[in-house]
Amino acid sequence: MKNLVYIQNNENKINTNSLESLVAMQEIAAKNNEEVYAITFNKDIAEQLTKYKIDKIIFINNQELNSYNPQYYLSVFEKLNAEFSPKLFCFGHSYETRDWVPRLSARLDIPFISDCTGYQTENGLSFTRPIYQAKLNEKIELKSNGIVSFQAGTFNIENLESGNSTIEEKSIDLTSTKITIRPGEKFKESAGGVDLTSAEIIVSVGRGLSKEENIPMAEGLAEKLNAQIGASRPVVDAGWLDHSRQIGSSGQTVSPKLYFSLGVSGAIQHLVGMKGSKNIIAINKDPNAPIFEIADYAVVGDLFEIIPKLTENL
Amino acid sequence: MKICVLIKQVASEDSVLNLNSDKKTLNEDGLNLVSNEPDTYGLEEALQIKEKTNGEVVVCTVGSESSRQVIKDALAKGAERGIFISDSSIEQNDPLSISKAITNAIKEENFDLILSGLQSNDNGHAQVGLLVAELLDTSHASLVMGTEIINDNTIKVKQELENGWFQWSELDLPASLTIQSGINTPRYATLKGIMSVKSKTVDDADSSTIETNFNLSDRFIPQKTKETIKIEGSTDEVVEELMDVLKNKIKVI
Repeated sequence: MKNLVYIQNNENKINTNSLESLVAMQEIAAKNNEEVYAITFNKDIAEQLTKYKIDKIIFINNQELNSYNPQYYLSVFEKLNAEFSPKLFCFGHSYETRDWVPRLSARLDIPFISDCTGYQTENGLSFTRPIYQAKLNEKIELKSNGIVSFQAGTFNIENLESGNSTIEEKSIDLTSTKITIRPGEKFKESAGGVDLTSAEIIVSVGRGLSKEENIPMAEGLAEKLNAQIGASRPVVDAGWLDHSRQIGSSGQTVSPKLYFSLGVSGAIQHLVGMKGSKNIIAINKDPNAPIFEIADYAVVGDLFEIIPKLTENL
Repeated sequence: MKICVLIKQVASEDSVLNLNSDKKTLNEDGLNLVSNEPDTYGLEEALQIKEKTNGEVVVCTVGSESSRQVIKDALAKGAERGIFISDSSIEQNDPLSISKAITNAIKEENFDLILSGLQSNDNGHAQVGLLVAELLDTSHASLVMGTEIINDNTIKVKQELENGWFQWSELDLPASLTIQSGINTPRYATLKGIMSVKSKTVDDADSSTIETNFNLSDRFIPQKTKETIKIEGSTDEVVEELMDVLKNKIKVI
């Protein structure tokens, strides 16, 4: 039985999220005595993968795949499915995956269990995934062949089993693929941009700050702590802070020594960008806010009373 | 433009999530049911495109009887008509099965555009709009941050990528777009809009084809992986303790 894991290319570098999913695939295949094939569209990445234990690295060498186009990707995987009849397709739950892999599920008529945070191999294969903004989890058994994607940070690439794998290069005739989607050039909107990834301390603000006029209060605390200001998505969408300060799946991924969150509820898209922080202090008035699930220090209270006083004491 | 908007009824963020003894469904008493917030951006985008191009906005939902409310709310905001697909076990159905039911209900309509939110706030598979694109063989784009109709056959969309990158893509119509939250400011229903709901039609579509592809074995409250220290008390006590944490535990001051 074969399993396919897709290793995504980010500017000639391996997308970490997809490499993490290889950890899961190696473990699952080892337990079930199955094979792992890694699929990549990039030669450099194929070579970087040879140091890991993979039964075969398949490098699809096609010009059409040099930049992302979901319709070419779908054609390739449709052909790979016909050739290998894999039991499981495995992906990192990246934005690219979110864009095209659901279509693969419909094309192959097999289920796609997305955004998983764990797997079990007892009594058949099942996967755990967060629901209701991570307030609950659910366990789903896969009845047949299927597709799975794993949330960033679920597995540690240090746990990859090493080996000496070989590359098989192939090209696929994609001339009959109908193209109705034409992606343009990528661009960034914020001119300057702030690098939060190297910040030692981040004071992060969320919707609980209520209004833009309260941003200076957070900035006052940040100044005293020598911290950078970060934000959750709603704050950025509301225009209170620049997009470059956004933390989470559509912003930056940070792991500072201290992450001090003010009125951040902790939607899953935000948590994936900061859960690696060494210490997390969270202040929120809602005792059920998901941020408290991962906080080291939880303050359920009124940040408009606490923060000015704390800033004054610092 | 003839536009379909997919809207799901979900439990609001402030709902109390208590699992029933089947460990699969939620106790309805604690749930405050609302239109899935990301879908409301899809509806607003559809209404704005309709206002620019003339045409029709049809709202479609799948769910239990209570879900008829999301259709009424959308009609009050300006959608022309509704399609209701009854499925009382939607909570446990997989996105592909749900998408097949939606596709069956809308395929004869030949929509130019199908809009939905990027994901639902309950099960959050983030798949239905894209599955429907494949089942109807249309173009698609996910995480759409902006739309621009070029002509009757083409639309340009601005998509959000990872790490602060964006991209404009050109799509042939028909297309299914999943809309990123924050793309617009969803409108409120006007009194006139609310009054108009009675005169608008809602068609019931066949849902007998829904057949689930995976087994939901159970739902559960996640185990905490971290020990959380609660800091409680008066403002002065909280501040004092935070000072101690910053100084002596985390050692950043």
